[in-house]
Amino acid sequence: MVPAITADKLTKKFGDFTAVNQITFEVKKGEIFGFLGANGAGKTTAMRMLNGLSRPTAGQASVAGFDVYRQTEKIKQHIGYMSQKFSLYEDLTVKENIQFYGGIYGLPGREIRHQVKALIEGLGMQAFAGTLVKSIPLGWKQKLSFSIAIMHRPGIVFLDEPTGGVDPITRRQFWEMIYKAASEGMTVFVTTHYMDEAEYCGRVSIMVDGRIAALDTPRALKEQFGASSMNDVFLQLTRPKS
Amino acid sequence: MPLRPSNHLTLNRITMATPAIQVENISKRYGKNVLALNQVSLEVGQGELFGLIGPDGAGKTTLIRILATLLLADKGYAAVNGWEVRRDYRQIRSHIGYMPGRFSLYQDLSVEENLHFFATIFGTTIKENYELIRDIYVQLEPFRTRKAGKLSGGMKQKLALCCALIHKPVVLLLDEPTTGVDPVSRKEFWEMLKRLKEKGIAILVSTPYMDEASLCNRVALIQKGAILSIDEPEKIVSGFDKPLLAVRTNDMYRLIHDLRDFESTHSAFPFGEFVHLSLNNPIWPEAIHAYLAGKQHTGIEIKPAQATIEDAFMELMTQGEMVD
Repeated sequence: MVPAITADKLTKKFGDFTAVNQITFEVKKGEIFGFLGANGAGKTTAMRMLNGLSRPTAGQASVAGFDVYRQTEKIKQHIGYMSQKFSLYEDLTVKENIQFYGGIYGLPGREIRHQVKALIEGLGMQAFAGTLVKSIPLGWKQKLSFSIAIMHRPGIVFLDEPTGGVDPITRRQFWEMIYKAASEGMTVFVTTHYMDEAEYCGRVSIMVDGRIAALDTPRALKEQFGASSMNDVFLQLTRPKS
Repeated sequence: MPLRPSNHLTLNRITMATPAIQVENISKRYGKNVLALNQVSLEVGQGELFGLIGPDGAGKTTLIRILATLLLADKGYAAVNGWEVRRDYRQIRSHIGYMPGRFSLYQDLSVEENLHFFATIFGTTIKENYELIRDIYVQLEPFRTRKAGKLSGGMKQKLALCCALIHKPVVLLLDEPTTGVDPVSRKEFWEMLKRLKEKGIAILVSTPYMDEASLCNRVALIQKGAILSIDEPEKIVSGFDKPLLAVRTNDMYRLIHDLRDFESTHSAFPFGEFVHLSLNNPIWPEAIHAYLAGKQHTGIEIKPAQATIEDAFMELMTQGEMVD
């Protein structure tokens, strides 16, 4: 089976500064892959290359089978993207956001009408359909953002720090949506710096200073580092005992 | 300029017995529909590190802003170090350190200039209170001529904390200081708070991250404007009295739903690579194993689990019918 994402010595330099330094990894289809790192470790730069938004300096990578140098438009059509910071238009209603993104994704009118109904009912958001997104609770916004990010049924969805700030039940409802998507074969690529979120991933990589310093299942990493949590693993990697 | 209270009445009231923060039945409404705080009461002792823990929209910022005298409550009584928030706001303002949730230092001033500015408006100097901020400031020193706006997230938080401390406040109000900060900086920040606490400063810190509860002396769990529980974090966790198991199989999504359909299940929530299964009555793990095997699960693993603060929070939310 073709991997959902491959990166081989992928590198990005800004002048003399190497933001991403020869990272190599593979993400399998249907996997929930956590992409971790401290602020400034190079996560965002790496993800921008994988999304076709930034041209690598060296190395190879493909996403959904498309090359990150030559097929960036194809990549954009075959991925979904959600970030906590920006995903929805606050001054549009819930329904309008769905319609808008349906249009951006180039879905036919009939499909958009179907999605508006299916998505709102699926989320149980009937009461909010006509409400401006800025007035709905954060937990609903996150669930809606995720549903919209995958409404064009991409093979891969990139989640950029998706679940900060919500209560523990809402947060778990969100992860259940992610599990559901993955169980249906979607690949999920999550960046976060909250280590308890990392524990939900099938495998995680941890970037330190532009390199991948560790990559394995949360369980194997905890064993390898003799740590009780992913937070301990992270601290050991990023703040070596002196 | 001396910053001690001059009013003898006020002076008499500040003894060790005076709580650092008193909140009694405070309510605050925004417009018609939003009840941000609903009869909230809590007390923070002198020298206590107290956590206000809850998600966005729970009312944390509203409460902190009321205590910082930036917002008036509709009802109830609130006081900081014995000073009532409405009447004695001047005293409060000159004796508290406040770090708002949004970075609010001057982005175009350097690290040093920001600190100097805050010292000056409080009528003091960096030199006079350097001892209090030294531990933190040494980490900022290499960047002292850098503009605050150009600092990393962790460094911004450290500078903001220095600026909030430079006038030697008796109470610190910190509104989500660790939100959006990486784990290393978060850990360092909490280590600083611990040292400040040891110097006798009372600290009220809000956070949406449940795992930070264990770093506080006591915490208030808050949701939808109401307090769910106030206690030492260990006691809140030990208050979770249902049998709890950690379960995993090779199909997490199906597992969650199958466990919820199990007859003795009280709740089933994903917790990292496991599902925490709380039970209405004790059940042999073998019975659960057999049930899951009957549902064609593979890689079944079941073990006893320690409740966490999140288990406790979710249980309290469910009991209080605070689930959306």
